[in-house]
Amino acid sequence: MSGSRPEAPPEPLPGGSPLSVRVERSVEESGRIFLNMGPSHPSTHGVLRIVLELDGEAVVRAEPDIGYLHRGMEKIAETYGFTKFIPYTDRMDYLAPVANNIAVCTAAEVLMGIELPPRAKAIRVVCAELGRISSHLLGLGAFAMDIGALTVFLYAFREREAIYNFMESLTGARFTVSYPRVGGLSRDMPDGWADAVLRFAKDIPARVEKDVERLLTRNRIWIQRLEGVGVIPREVAISYGLTGPNLRGSGVEWDLRKEMPYFGYEDYEFDVPVGSRGDAYDRYLCRIEEIKQSARIIRQALEKMPGGPISVQDGKTFLPPKEKVMTRMEELIHQFMIVTEGPKAPVGEIFWAHENPKGELGFYIVGDGTARPYRLRMRAPSFVNLSILPWLLPNHMISDVVAILASLDFVMGECDR
Amino acid sequence: MAETQPPTVQKVLAAFPGAGIAAREFRGQWWLEVPRERVLEVLRRLRDDPELAFDFLNDVTCTDHPEEEPRFRAVYILTSLSRKERIRVKTSCPEDDPVVPSATPLWAGANWHEREAYDMFGVRFEGHPDLRRILMPEDFDAFPLRKEFPMEGERSDRDWARWVIDRARRPEGTLP
Repeated sequence: MSGSRPEAPPEPLPGGSPLSVRVERSVEESGRIFLNMGPSHPSTHGVLRIVLELDGEAVVRAEPDIGYLHRGMEKIAETYGFTKFIPYTDRMDYLAPVANNIAVCTAAEVLMGIELPPRAKAIRVVCAELGRISSHLLGLGAFAMDIGALTVFLYAFREREAIYNFMESLTGARFTVSYPRVGGLSRDMPDGWADAVLRFAKDIPARVEKDVERLLTRNRIWIQRLEGVGVIPREVAISYGLTGPNLRGSGVEWDLRKEMPYFGYEDYEFDVPVGSRGDAYDRYLCRIEEIKQSARIIRQALEKMPGGPISVQDGKTFLPPKEKVMTRMEELIHQFMIVTEGPKAPVGEIFWAHENPKGELGFYIVGDGTARPYRLRMRAPSFVNLSILPWLLPNHMISDVVAILASLDFVMGECDR
Repeated sequence: MAETQPPTVQKVLAAFPGAGIAAREFRGQWWLEVPRERVLEVLRRLRDDPELAFDFLNDVTCTDHPEEEPRFRAVYILTSLSRKERIRVKTSCPEDDPVVPSATPLWAGANWHEREAYDMFGVRFEGHPDLRRILMPEDFDAFPLRKEFPMEGERSDRDWARWVIDRARRPEGTLP
């Protein structure tokens, strides 16, 4: 249902008492229905709670309640420093852990003024795009499952299994990979890895077409459930700060890989899909196309993979080679300093954002001359993408709430940090 | 080492003469330090001036500097989608009056960022329609990202048990 949309979300409820009580009071006055959706609800993809005020089956007011997965990651980063923080970023957007690792390492490198060697950049591009494919596949699979089409989820997981296997042979871990380091990568590609990934990248567009698109794109039920549902106009998307496929679905051509290129993305040929109406169906189409474009980038990156080192040759930033540590004094000291403290950040501050699968993962880091950030702020795309719910959900039916949530493709580990 | 100011920074400085705005740079990224009375004005100018067109709000957050006066700094991070440029607006507020202006009149997306900054630092955003905690429990009684808040938390396990019991005994629908 796509009724007329109010100009602004309903007035906030008077404060001073817990959220559920406030909504209950509001419902008592109006005679409407109070529904607590989540935090454990299959469509909330984790622990999102939405307190809904319903008029029959239509949503009048929606109050998201987040924070159930809050682990204080920003405090952890301040306490442990950059290197020890990398494994924590695996637990943010855990559908594409390697993308978060790359984002935090690159942000630290921007603060430290480090320029990576070309091979490290190219491998990071491959990993980030594999992460994007993995995240979008799960996003689409879960999306379809929430609407009631279970099959796509199973097919999507078969493809994701291949990505997990690649990650396992590259990093030793399937899921929480902690692969890059500040100033480089923890290890180079194993023999045969590039060929296997290349084969995968060549196959995946056809497989997505066969297993996802043929089942969904022109499926009458799928279209009826999504078309005109959760329409986000362009101006609203910008005002709420949406990023990623949710912003592009609303027709804004904004992809950091194109607009503010890093890792040499300007040298790759790829297209940025944008929607025209900003509804849930457009967001679905954007994700499908992004999978294909990511595969295209991976093919180019692997076909012209440069040689050379995978890390900066600077003992104060990156672990020196082991054989030198064992034989030379200076490298031994560097090894000791990197292991006990880590690379030092200068006094200064930067903001750097990475085009993560879910949107812009931004880092605002203040350095104070030590190996620990004085302040590390993470601008999580899922957090921002969910902030539109109080505006977006009213005037939709309950079943549309499920479709809208799935179309926003959020992950609570990242939202709550 | 002073880099030359980009045209956008020069334009803002020229638009607000005598307002006490300072422009600083690190790694080629620029930010404006603005007195808190003028922040909303500067943000509005940055958004609405067609030559500046910083139409996208990336983030609003705070930093805590307990050794310095004023103690808290607020940061508004903006992007211009048309000109592909970023800029930050920074302001500060003292501990005994931790209030900075809210960007919610200009960007709806500032709402949750400012709630989180309030939740973590206790800095209040003047003009925010619904400033309350967002990530921490609604009845939490500290600001965890302040520097004096210990990493392991302020309560022992025993105190936590006490706190949970007290919370359960509290009359329904009230906060302490």
